[in-house]
Amino acid sequence: MFGLQEGPIDVATVRRAVSNPRFGAILVFEGVTRDNFDGREVAQLAYEAYPEMAIPALEAIGQQIAERWPGAKCAIVHRVGICPVEEASVVIAVGTPHRPACYQASRFALEELKAQVPIWKKEIYADGSAWKANTST
Amino acid sequence: MITVTVRYFAALRERRGLETELMQTSETTTIGRLYAQIFPPGPDGALPVAYAQNHVRVPGATPLADGDEVAFLPPLGGG
Repeated sequence: MFGLQEGPIDVATVRRAVSNPRFGAILVFEGVTRDNFDGREVAQLAYEAYPEMAIPALEAIGQQIAERWPGAKCAIVHRVGICPVEEASVVIAVGTPHRPACYQASRFALEELKAQVPIWKKEIYADGSAWKANTST
Repeated sequence: MITVTVRYFAALRERRGLETELMQTSETTTIGRLYAQIFPPGPDGALPVAYAQNHVRVPGATPLADGDEVAFLPPLGGG
């Protein structure tokens, strides 16, 4: 499961997409809208994607994970449109036979997504807004 | 002349006031040159972008062909 979605992401659905009787570990990561950035109050975020590129890029992350951690399975759903504070902008589920690979692959998926997938984020404040680029940290 | 479809996202969409448009340009234009034509660098310089031709990232020196879908990708913010 690799997709873009308007409205809240159902975490259980993403988790179910990687469930497998061979797996000893499943990690579900949620990237969540925080109410502040650099001391400024954030009211909500707005995400925008280039779907024709973003969905293949998400699928490519899943393929890389399957190659680097044999047996691993990954599912990623990213929200588009308005994402209010405390709601998930992205849900990444990774399942693996053993726990160490699960932690590594989950982190890899998020960092790759930030670096490679054509999605943009606008921070909306009480008194304005700004497009925010990812940094390496 | 060739005709390409240009897609705009995020800050560039807002600056252009459009999500997409058809543009005519010369056969010798590269994707990077088209970007500089549409968004001439201002006093702060140009917004650094990646280039995509038919949904594949390409270098700025890539020539365009009739019917291409072109996109300029501002710095990414997903996650």
